[in-house]
Amino acid sequence: MAVLDIRGLSVGYSTPRGELRALRDVSMMVPEGKIVGIVGESGCGKSTLISAIIRLMAPNARVGAGEVRFQGRDLLAETEAQMRALRGTQISMVFQDPMQTHNPVLTVGRQMMDIQYRERLSRAEKRQRAERMLALVGIPDPEARLNQYPFEFSGGMRQRIAIAMALMAKPALLIADEPTTALDATLEVEIIKRLRELQDEIGCGVLFISHHLGVIAELCDEVVVMYAGEVVETGSVRDVFHAPAHPYTRALLECDPGHIKVKTRVLPTIPGNIPDLVNLPGGCIFADRCERRHAACAARPAMALAGDGQRAACHLITERETA
Amino acid sequence: MTDASLPKPRSELGEILYHLVRDPLGLAGLIIVLAILASAVLAPWIAPYDPIALNVPDRLQGPSAAHLMGTDQLGRDTFSRVIWGGRVALQVALPTIGGAIFFGLLLGMIAGYGPRWLDNLIVLLFDTIRSFPTVMFALAVVALVGPSLNTVILVIMVTSIPTYGRVVRTLTQSLKEAEFITAEKSLGASTPRIMAVHLLPNVLGPLAVLAAMDIPTVVGLEAGLSFLGMGVKPPTPSWGSLLNDGYNLIRNTPWLIIAGGIPLILTTVGFTFLGEALRDVVDPKLRGKGGK
Repeated sequence: MAVLDIRGLSVGYSTPRGELRALRDVSMMVPEGKIVGIVGESGCGKSTLISAIIRLMAPNARVGAGEVRFQGRDLLAETEAQMRALRGTQISMVFQDPMQTHNPVLTVGRQMMDIQYRERLSRAEKRQRAERMLALVGIPDPEARLNQYPFEFSGGMRQRIAIAMALMAKPALLIADEPTTALDATLEVEIIKRLRELQDEIGCGVLFISHHLGVIAELCDEVVVMYAGEVVETGSVRDVFHAPAHPYTRALLECDPGHIKVKTRVLPTIPGNIPDLVNLPGGCIFADRCERRHAACAARPAMALAGDGQRAACHLITERETA
Repeated sequence: MTDASLPKPRSELGEILYHLVRDPLGLAGLIIVLAILASAVLAPWIAPYDPIALNVPDRLQGPSAAHLMGTDQLGRDTFSRVIWGGRVALQVALPTIGGAIFFGLLLGMIAGYGPRWLDNLIVLLFDTIRSFPTVMFALAVVALVGPSLNTVILVIMVTSIPTYGRVVRTLTQSLKEAEFITAEKSLGASTPRIMAVHLLPNVLGPLAVLAAMDIPTVVGLEAGLSFLGMGVKPPTPSWGSLLNDGYNLIRNTPWLIIAGGIPLILTTVGFTFLGEALRDVVDPKLRGKGGK
């Protein structure tokens, strides 16, 4: 069974120019104990998707349609109190910038003890748990470190503390919003390794958001490629990265500096811009920038099976099969 | 093994005190403030004479061994009246600041964190209060209910609330967008918990500094209102009434006005030093990096 199953989710923001349709008919799932990566460029709706899952949306956001099923419950139908009970226990989250995610005037120990407010434990027991979690994420000398303030830790350590706090209650789903983007490359590798180990140990599902293809390839079991508020391709990391079925995924992979073998002065880019999400063009969302655009692209393509469990929203797949 | 390199755990208050006394400015402020507090609390034992006992034959004397700061027009010992006057000053300042901080925190945090309409309402309330000049407002209230210490306390407190409230509101507004607040929400913290555990400690530091710097203003206001005859009634000694007497008798003796002014100056200096030092100390990041 899937821990997280999103079906036909549409989210819009009301803006002075009209409704900005940030997510349109998004469907994806996180199977139990698997790491699913979401990849896409800035503005593709990754953050909107997370905020809709955890129900901490901007005041001007509105869910148009769809379901967010977490262990079978539709989160969009839960009350605010029910959601709060889930956050930090069943679902938790790690943020992008570790320099900003801790309260600057409270010691790390205080903060880690405070988030256990739901547990019926003594202060000493809570402290011990916090200490164990710090040790688990690889903070040396955790007992003394609990008395320190966030600014006394490096960025990589702070991110590990954030992960420790998120995993404290052994959640069923961890959402990681670009947790390594603000860190340098060596730390990135370390955090990824640590996350993988912890996921193995706790067995939670992980939804990992990144625009770094290398990280996704390294860490994730499955990948969801998003473009301009729509899911364009899903499948196992292996399939999608080796045989991308959607022209956007292909273009994205070609632009990844890690994939470029020939020495070049100019990094490749995908020509064109993301479409205006207030005045959406009809048909395929990627048509404007697609190298293989043809007559059929005037109609919106449905997700089609491109391989074993691999799906993409492109007319070429169905055309290839009928041909 | 790292025990030596890490500071041993101290309570938050202990940490602040430790760094406060290491700052010369903070130490000086702390000593002055403690001296004023002590003299006010211990007034009955420190003061050499009864502050309201008349001794007309010895009136309007200059400083002497018997009367350290001389005597006033009724022969009362000025030094004793200064010490007892400190009681009145603190009796006004402490509840005033305490009340203003309490209501300022409450209203400011609600305005900063709550819905827009409530914010507008509270800001309107603040602006309304601020539009009255304190002394004028005090005069009006005193004219209505008659002069008393409680009236003075109430008036100064009400007119101080917006000062604190606005600072708290602005801090809260900038903090509520901070990522750590979102992070806490994502870990299941409720609104009251976010306000009490995460916003409050971030707001309290700057507020403590503001309060320390505000105490001299309040003491001065009390002195001013007493000077205008709106505060404490004679024969109760207060620094303001000392100044008032000294002003009237300045042709006969300068000692009264000097004796009334010194404690005011000391209070201002003491609390300002303390406030300045506190500002550097309450922020854990700046702590111990002052280098002064």
